[in-house]
Amino acid sequence: MRTVAFREALNEALAEEMEKDDRIFLMGEEVGHYDGAYKVSKGLLKRFGEKRVIDTPIAEGGFVGVGIGAAMVGLRPVIELMTWNFSLVAADQLINNAAKIRQMSGGQFTLPVVFRGPGGSAHMLAAQHSQSTEALWAHIPGLKVVMPANPKDAKGLLKSAIRDDNPIVFIEGEVLYADQGEIPDGEYTIPLGVGEVKRQGKDITIIGWSKMVKIALAAADELAGQGIEVEVVDPRTIRPLDEELIVDSVKKTGRCLILEEGWPFNGVGAEIAYRVGRRCFDDLDAPVERLTGADLPMPYNHHLEQQCVPDVPRAVAAAKKLLYLE
Amino acid sequence: MATILDMPQLSDTMKVGVLRKWRKNEGDKVSPGEVLAEVETDKATMDFESFDEGVLLKRLVADGASMPVGTPIAIIGKAGEDFAALVEQANARTAGGAVKPDAAAKFEPPKPAAAPPAKAASAPAAAAPPAKTVPAPRPAPAPRAAAPAAAAPAAKVLASPLARKLATDLGVDLRTVQGTGPGGRIVERDVKSAAEGGQSGQNGASQTDWHAAEEAPGTRATASAPPVSADAPLPAQLVPDRRAEARPATAPPAGDVVKPLSLMRRTIATRLLEAKSTIPHFYLTADVDMDAAMEFREQVAQVHGAKLSVNDLVLKACALAMRRIPEANASFTEEAIIEHARVDIGMAVAIEDGLITPVIRDADRKTIGQIAAEAREMAKRARDRKLRPEEYTGATFSVSNLGMLGIRDFAAIINPPEGAILAVGTVRKEPVVKNDKIVVGQRMSITLSCDHRVIDGALGAKVLQAIVGILEKPISLAF
Repeated sequence: MRTVAFREALNEALAEEMEKDDRIFLMGEEVGHYDGAYKVSKGLLKRFGEKRVIDTPIAEGGFVGVGIGAAMVGLRPVIELMTWNFSLVAADQLINNAAKIRQMSGGQFTLPVVFRGPGGSAHMLAAQHSQSTEALWAHIPGLKVVMPANPKDAKGLLKSAIRDDNPIVFIEGEVLYADQGEIPDGEYTIPLGVGEVKRQGKDITIIGWSKMVKIALAAADELAGQGIEVEVVDPRTIRPLDEELIVDSVKKTGRCLILEEGWPFNGVGAEIAYRVGRRCFDDLDAPVERLTGADLPMPYNHHLEQQCVPDVPRAVAAAKKLLYLE
Repeated sequence: MATILDMPQLSDTMKVGVLRKWRKNEGDKVSPGEVLAEVETDKATMDFESFDEGVLLKRLVADGASMPVGTPIAIIGKAGEDFAALVEQANARTAGGAVKPDAAAKFEPPKPAAAPPAKAASAPAAAAPPAKTVPAPRPAPAPRAAAPAAAAPAAKVLASPLARKLATDLGVDLRTVQGTGPGGRIVERDVKSAAEGGQSGQNGASQTDWHAAEEAPGTRATASAPPVSADAPLPAQLVPDRRAEARPATAPPAGDVVKPLSLMRRTIATRLLEAKSTIPHFYLTADVDMDAAMEFREQVAQVHGAKLSVNDLVLKACALAMRRIPEANASFTEEAIIEHARVDIGMAVAIEDGLITPVIRDADRKTIGQIAAEAREMAKRARDRKLRPEEYTGATFSVSNLGMLGIRDFAAIINPPEGAILAVGTVRKEPVVKNDKIVVGQRMSITLSCDHRVIDGALGAKVLQAIVGILEKPISLAF
């Protein structure tokens, strides 16, 4: 094991896969000469050259479409979006082309393309640049949505995503890039669609992904001091969702809290709550609860912003409510 | 035209009635005012009188059946009338748990989706006493909490799905469990503590208790497993369901007697728990010099030949105190404090398996003799369970007396929505100092429990002083 930062883990995944397979190339705004807006692609241009690490104009609709076309003709592109907020100008490419071509061509085309970049709120980036888009993409059949929470998962999942023959939405928590974590020394991958119990407990299940895992673990630490054993479940892949892992956990604990940074209406948590309600009905001691981002465009003001994203005190309070301790 | 008769609501807190005994047979003629059956409510056994002229065509439930208010219990109509459709309707309503008394009027024929009566009847029939057409759901062990349709009373129980499953597994009757979740919802810990024979866990029940419940000794081999670090790869299979391992034995230890809760016990439990957990009680105690009052009692006996109890004197003294201090003759509501125009004094009467509080209306305007006679008569009817609901509800102040049992002093729980209650101890002889001499005196301790939302300390003290003053100078009791 060695300790690396989240962005380094992603960089290793890209480099290792590009080394193995010369059909893989990286394309996006400032991925080359600037080493990436968040330094995920640091050193890749030097190592793999301009044919495989390509700087693009500010034209997401164009280079996302180029990525889709390249995948259709046999390459394996990794398309970096400077943030997922900017993916919205490429929504038609992602929804109408990437998600549908494999099925509409009767399987004649596969779409081995990864769209990746940071998502979620960071710090005072205001309404247009603080969005959690996973619920939008997970809504679309044909797309897989992956959201790692730590360096180990980031590397293992990105390698699996690059090797997958389907279009992948790979969302990296913007505030996670500097997080340090241990990763295995040798080659490894983590399969898509398989979640992980990040902490075992028997009293309540807290489900979270990406940076919400950190909130869940911190809340679990605090609750442990009060004698409450929290089980933290990270699905890691939003779609396909590891429903069995979630169901097993909730059947064990009888209580389920979902942390979601994004908006509540039609959120990922809403879907999970439905599945838990359906599968765990007789095991629930309290209604499934969600703690989500505020149902409004993100305010710029720092104090207001803090109020709009799930945090540890509110997660603790929500958990205790489910345990009928408040 | 034949009609369905529903379980009537015979008291304002009645939710379920037990049909104690039918007084009319099928085919009997019935006139308005005639008694069809005796129904046990949460407070008393009462006559269920017919409002209609006709013939009792069908009894839908057997003696002893416990039915929620508003569920069908009989069909009444003209002799020879065809009432098969009504039986079906009634069955469907019972099975569907429809409890709205007025639902009969617009009731539609049962749809196939709603459990057909025949099917509904078959499941609980084994556990129920023989009944001809409709299963008479008994409060006896509900075979499956998940099938509350037939066991109609279960439809009223608020419980989490896990609590229901657990209750079934542990053989706990949910209707005997006090819920501690929001709105009284029965949750996992309530069923567990009920299964253990303990008291139902309060909100404040410490987590240690709550965990202890799950960690029954010897049931958790997995408990000692080392903590798993956050990044460690997790086995796909989680630890198996520990709840299953932790289940306590269903059967109570040999020798213990399990007495199902009567409706009265259930009502007492609910009301007193509510009172003690929602009313901010405080208590004031004083000693009464009873020499004069006992002398007064003696004189009344000699002059009028009437026997007054100490309790009669206390009732009258309380009534006068309430009249003098109307701020204390009051109730708290969320919007306002209501000062009652009338002084209605409730007196707690112990009866078999419980207690009841008959009310002496306008006690401030009644003579001590009237109060004594009324108290005696009502206590007797209370013990015979013959009080009508209006006779044991609506007091503005209550008195609870354990003096006759030798209790020196105690604090009573307020009977909501009243603002206070007086607890009366025994009249005891003890050495007292009078005119610098130690002589034998008679003392009685009384404790006033006050609802602090209505009565503050000083006001409560004023009430207590007034009662003490009246009893110590009992001349005012004579008027």
